[in-house]
Amino acid sequence: MEPTKSVELWPTQLSHHAQQVDWVILSFTALLVVLVLPVFAAMIYFAVKYRRGSKADRSPSASRNVWLETSWSVIPFLLAGVFFVWAASLYFDLFHPPADSLGINVLAKQWMWKFEHPGGQREIDTLHVPVDTPVELTMISEDVIHSLFFPALRIKQDVLPGRYTRLWFKADKVGEYHLHCAEFCGTDHSRMGGSLIVLDPEGYQRWLDHAGTDTSLAAAGEALFRKYGCSGCHGANSSVRAPNLVGVYGSPVPLDGGGTVIADERYIRDSVLYPKKQVAAGYKPIMPTFQGQVSEEDLLKLIAYIRSLS
Amino acid sequence: MAETQLIVHEPFREAAQQREADALGMWVFLATEAMMFGGLFFALIVIRVIHPQGAQEATNELDMWLGGLNSALLLTSSLTTTLAVTAARNGARGFTIGCLLASAALGAAFLCVKGYEYYVDYTKGLIPAVGKPFPIETTGAELFINGYFVSTGLHAIHLFIGICLAIGLATVVWLRRVPLPGRSIVVEMTGRYWHFVDMVWIFLYPVLYLMDRGG
Amino acid sequence: MTSIAAEAAAEPSYLKAGYTLRSWLLTTDHKRIAVLYMISLTAFFFLGGAAAAAVRLNLITPEGAVLTADGYNKAFTIHGVIMVWFFLIPSIPATFGNFMIPLAIGARDLAFPKLNLASWYILILGAAFTIYALVAGGVDTGWTFYTPYSTMFSNTHVVAAIVGVFISGFSSIFTGLNFIVTIHKLRAPGMTWFRLPIFVWSHYATSLILVLATPVLAITLILIAAERLLGIGVFDPALGGDPLLFQHLFWFYSHPAVYIMILPAMGVITELVTTFSRRRVFGYSFVAFASLAIALLSFLVWGHHMFVSGQSMYAGMMFSILSFLVAVPSAIKVYNWTATLYKGQIALDTPMLYAMGFIGLFVVGGLTGLFLASLAIDVHVTDTYFVVAHFHYIMVGATVMGFLGALHYWWPKITGRMYPEWWGRISAAFVFFGFNLTFFPQFILGYLGMPRRYFSYPPEFQVLNVMSSAGASILAVAYLFPFCYLLWSLRYGKIAGPNPWGATGLEWTTSSPPPKHNFPEIPVVTQEAYAYPVAPDGGAHHGGATHHG
Repeated sequence: MEPTKSVELWPTQLSHHAQQVDWVILSFTALLVVLVLPVFAAMIYFAVKYRRGSKADRSPSASRNVWLETSWSVIPFLLAGVFFVWAASLYFDLFHPPADSLGINVLAKQWMWKFEHPGGQREIDTLHVPVDTPVELTMISEDVIHSLFFPALRIKQDVLPGRYTRLWFKADKVGEYHLHCAEFCGTDHSRMGGSLIVLDPEGYQRWLDHAGTDTSLAAAGEALFRKYGCSGCHGANSSVRAPNLVGVYGSPVPLDGGGTVIADERYIRDSVLYPKKQVAAGYKPIMPTFQGQVSEEDLLKLIAYIRSLS
Repeated sequence: MAETQLIVHEPFREAAQQREADALGMWVFLATEAMMFGGLFFALIVIRVIHPQGAQEATNELDMWLGGLNSALLLTSSLTTTLAVTAARNGARGFTIGCLLASAALGAAFLCVKGYEYYVDYTKGLIPAVGKPFPIETTGAELFINGYFVSTGLHAIHLFIGICLAIGLATVVWLRRVPLPGRSIVVEMTGRYWHFVDMVWIFLYPVLYLMDRGG
Repeated sequence: MTSIAAEAAAEPSYLKAGYTLRSWLLTTDHKRIAVLYMISLTAFFFLGGAAAAAVRLNLITPEGAVLTADGYNKAFTIHGVIMVWFFLIPSIPATFGNFMIPLAIGARDLAFPKLNLASWYILILGAAFTIYALVAGGVDTGWTFYTPYSTMFSNTHVVAAIVGVFISGFSSIFTGLNFIVTIHKLRAPGMTWFRLPIFVWSHYATSLILVLATPVLAITLILIAAERLLGIGVFDPALGGDPLLFQHLFWFYSHPAVYIMILPAMGVITELVTTFSRRRVFGYSFVAFASLAIALLSFLVWGHHMFVSGQSMYAGMMFSILSFLVAVPSAIKVYNWTATLYKGQIALDTPMLYAMGFIGLFVVGGLTGLFLASLAIDVHVTDTYFVVAHFHYIMVGATVMGFLGALHYWWPKITGRMYPEWWGRISAAFVFFGFNLTFFPQFILGYLGMPRRYFSYPPEFQVLNVMSSAGASILAVAYLFPFCYLLWSLRYGKIAGPNPWGATGLEWTTSSPPPKHNFPEIPVVTQEAYAYPVAPDGGAHHGGATHHG
């Protein structure tokens, strides 16, 4: 448990990704030391040997050598290129979460983190997750840019207003770890942090039950679906011609004017806020905008509901 | 044009060197201006790519005929400016003054048309934060219109500076404080700035008014 | 050589061309303007340094020792704004570039002397706005002014601060313009492009960045002001804008800005290494073109500040590989400096100590830059103290070392007096030691996961923070040393000859300090740069000359 230590020299590795990142930086450091030490050694050696007044051999030598200069530029670059590829492939993985990830919503605002589990359990500044399970966070900010940073996982991602960003990880050790806001966001930026608590699966289930809530996210979303009048048009018995939303999540939607789009979180959010932006083919652009009426929190619940229909 | 009449000052050794240095200085300055407007063009193009629908609807709100009239005004002013530069090199004081004032008048006419256009925009509710609420809800439309105001506003400020320069220059030529053709370089440099401001508009007009119109 | 210096010494030096305040404040002499810059930049440096001291003092305890959270945020913002725009960017170009470029290319002045004076006044005006923002209550956005925080959420004097930065940008543009025209058009007869000292080459590259990048900053700041004052939504999504657009525009300027700070210092180091090893620079053309390559590449790497911002994965990969590429010309310089020492006549005088310190710190700063260019590492360490340490190694470690090296190297030329050598060496050693103690622990802090711009932090980070603060206090004292002994030397320093270091370069052929018009006659250049060994006349030994300017 790291917060109890008074000094540490290397951060905890909480995931396979974290181990990989540590390997990249350590081996890259080793390479660079090998490349640089001779330069420093030569500098010091020359400074001593050729100090003014010393009797060293100073017979004329070339003041340029194209082959030498080209090779000492190109070879280190190619060696470093290995690390570009390695680091880029790890970065690639960060953009590709496993399909069976546990989805958790994150709402950032000055100066707190709100987390919402699929069952509707909510917590602030503390995130409970099960061990050895991929977790995917869908994140949005209500005000300025924040950044969710888990040092023990070696990952962070900026959290933007008006747009979802994602982060996924698979923690492999039970324990309590730091989480921070890493993008400056005002007065209490440095206090906008808390704990990531990794539990064994039974512990996580116990926590879910304990933090239990009467309504899951999807159920809360269903209530909102009626409250905002969505069901008036999109409901099964509606007289208005509007797309039926059953099974729409994750499937391709043909668009008016050509093209298709996958109905993901971003598309559903945009459809609520900017309904005229990407109209489904065969429907009239008659839906009113809900901009300024639906909060980010409610949007996430509505999305959870629509997701539950598929 | 008599080279001997050119006035050389410190730190230059000869007239040609001084002339080249002045010209290069102006080019470098215009390069910085081009980078500044380049940032805006970049932003406008990005908005068009990210929000094609909104940008198109916003474009339809702008009056391409008023913009076209303004383009014609500015192109004509470039002609009078070129004439002013030629006249100055030949030492024709009166004609130089006349052409400079004509350019200034055309520039002022441009600003009047632009002002009228802004008024129309105001009645439509396009101007941010004042007047009626923004009429288009499509994403990107408001952003595009805001980009339109920033870029045309910045261009108008540049044109206003150009008008002041032209009138000021006409005055000092009239007062013989800038002797011609000895200091015709000053008219040349002012002319180059004027052409640049003109050029910016020639880029702004299609990017704002013409691209993706219709739909 | 001697004869030119003797003839020049017959004229009154530029320092004696008038003693009134008016003769200074209305001067168009590039040398006097350089001195005006030097005085004002020193003041800004100590102002920014005071803010840094407040920051380091506060971080001694985990819960924040002396400031409130808001006070801390304002302190690091003012530190960044002052240091970046009012010290580092003008630092070497506006002082030593201004003073030395005309001398080094054999000209009487810059191409546009009045514009040069205007640039100084513009900088001072910009600084006045920024300092007003500071006195009126401060700014708390960080020097990066990220939107939408800076436009819609901060309650501080953002507009006054950005107006100050905006104005100071014109000072940069005009200085760069002046240098470009001067280097193109005012070179002495025989001074071909490939006979220019590397110092001039690096200023040419810097000037290109200044005139091409600064306008983009200007437009970005105009857009911030438009959004904040007029509600014209450009960056805030709530007003229909896009926050990432700001980051793209801002870093398009601010990444090249880093090279504005480092390139002139690289030029200085080349002068120092050649002078104090009495050798031609190894691979002149490689070093010269490396400056231009760095300037060019600097415009293509801005996205490496945004790997976790939400930009696309492919953009991230492209910016990463381009950033790796910048390392090549930088590495060329380091290798070539080292090779220059081979078979030299090396003297470890103060400027050379700064040059070697520069190389060491620049290498550490540059290589940690490679870590930051590596995508998966950057995801972990960006926005942590690792980044803080990295850019301080470049901007303070390297650039300020270069500034101090240049200051000692050209001090005899500027003032006509030698500085006390023993004190110089001691201070150089203290600066090097204090710097590393301050910033090396921050690499570890960052990797451990301490985010930057944190007023308070988890207690396990305290030991490293205390080390860093201790180093900062040593560094502060080490910076005060030169300030004191250089002032002392103005009156009591040994009289310097025209060429106390035995260096090549046209600036060393005229008297110290030079006369108002630099040279009695425009020199004619017949040799390449760094044509060592210099003939042993011309007072080419330590303090051996007796000319008086």
